[in-house]
Amino acid sequence: MTRHDVVVTGLGATTPLGGDVASTWDAMLAGRSGVGPLTQEWAAQLTVRIAAQLAVEPSEVLDRVRLRRLDRSEAIALVAAQQAWADAGLADSGLDPERLAVSVGSGIGGATTMLAQDDILEASGPRRVSPHTVPMLMPNGPAAWVGLELGAKAGVHSVASACATGAEAIALGLDIIRAGRADVVVAGGTEAVIHPLPIAGFASMRAMSTRNDEPERASRPWDKGRDGFVLGEGAGVVVLERADHAAARGARVYARLAGAGITSDAYDIVQPHAEGEGAIRAIKKAIADADVAKMDIMHVNAHATSTPVGDMLEIGALRQALGDHPVLAATKSMTGHLLGAAGALESIATILAIRDGVVPPTINLDDPDEGLTLEVAAHKARHMEIPAALNNAFGFGGHNVALVFTRA
Amino acid sequence: MTRDEITAGLAEILEEVAGVNPDDVAEGKSFTDDLDVDSLSMVEVVVAAEEKFGVKIPDNEVQNLKTVGDAVSYIEAQS
Repeated sequence: MTRHDVVVTGLGATTPLGGDVASTWDAMLAGRSGVGPLTQEWAAQLTVRIAAQLAVEPSEVLDRVRLRRLDRSEAIALVAAQQAWADAGLADSGLDPERLAVSVGSGIGGATTMLAQDDILEASGPRRVSPHTVPMLMPNGPAAWVGLELGAKAGVHSVASACATGAEAIALGLDIIRAGRADVVVAGGTEAVIHPLPIAGFASMRAMSTRNDEPERASRPWDKGRDGFVLGEGAGVVVLERADHAAARGARVYARLAGAGITSDAYDIVQPHAEGEGAIRAIKKAIADADVAKMDIMHVNAHATSTPVGDMLEIGALRQALGDHPVLAATKSMTGHLLGAAGALESIATILAIRDGVVPPTINLDDPDEGLTLEVAAHKARHMEIPAALNNAFGFGGHNVALVFTRA
Repeated sequence: MTRDEITAGLAEILEEVAGVNPDDVAEGKSFTDDLDVDSLSMVEVVVAAEEKFGVKIPDNEVQNLKTVGDAVSYIEAQS
């Protein structure tokens, strides 16, 4: 059976760097940081008082009444999906709704809604709890709202694999189209949990940077001074389309989603495997699935969250599975870590790196760790031919996802 | 409180909760058919009305409140 080729025909995002893909990409190429101080009153008690908050509030895009029934993670998934849908030019294309699917996940889901409604429950009693509480906090909420908005009837899916979610949602989209269950899949990830409880939880794990006095310098993957990740919020969505479907309607194609590799560590609930075994297998599987030459994969958008252990394990995995030729980027140095949206936003960065022939900069890489034995475009973007590129995403629970994109 | 005052109060709630244009709110209007208030929003309207008018509207009464006028009559009788 011939396998369907899958291409990317639309992009959408709202991030700490910008309210859309163009502004986010411009900011990335310029090496701007989206990290800043948390000035909310509740932040004063925390050991971590920095985060990468959205550049554009959803209230600037969606109307007030609509927002009343949306968790923040749902609202920004809708914003990103609307952009991607418009970008793909599918609105009046006559696409059969039964051939349109959605695959949008979140790492944590509607936690802030649950916490806010619990405050209401405690203060005012059960009758005051909003009737919108359940659809706002349910983990399939973002996917369901996107499906409702676009009229998708081929299935609405919500992957949850912590910080690998966005990438795994895209991998699922690839599977859906290859299996012939849809012609178009709107796929991505969303996260909005900048709230004292999730921050305190991650901080208690000692997973977060406490460089509170230098927010813009706090996210520093591969740098000797790195001391944990910086929490970010945002959403990224791509439109995946069967290649012949896109060609038939004359769609603009950004890149081809050539392959995906998914593995699980079965090792520890939060620690990555000590030799990066699961990551190595995921990258190898993705390369084999994509059927591309390793030497063509000239760029990797790494998972690289700025944690002491994880950053170096990924370098070892890349050397083993791919080689020593790619030029790396850790865009989390600018966006912070968007958890369930990270793999989606970084896929968008990977796709645009291929399209524009440019590796985005990794900022704050002032004093590289000795273990960094691969090339990185430190501080400044690097222009070069990129026939193919890899995006890695790993998540608590031992989830490893690698995606390979190639030039259209 | 006059019926017009209660209607105006309900219009404020409907605008806040469901984005209904206050000019569209009149006693003869059905919440669901004319004002497009769905079942979850109706719950919010009821809770907000209880607070605003200092009345109790039990769940088994809500199904009888088809129109704005039904709600005004109920609130008028309770307050």
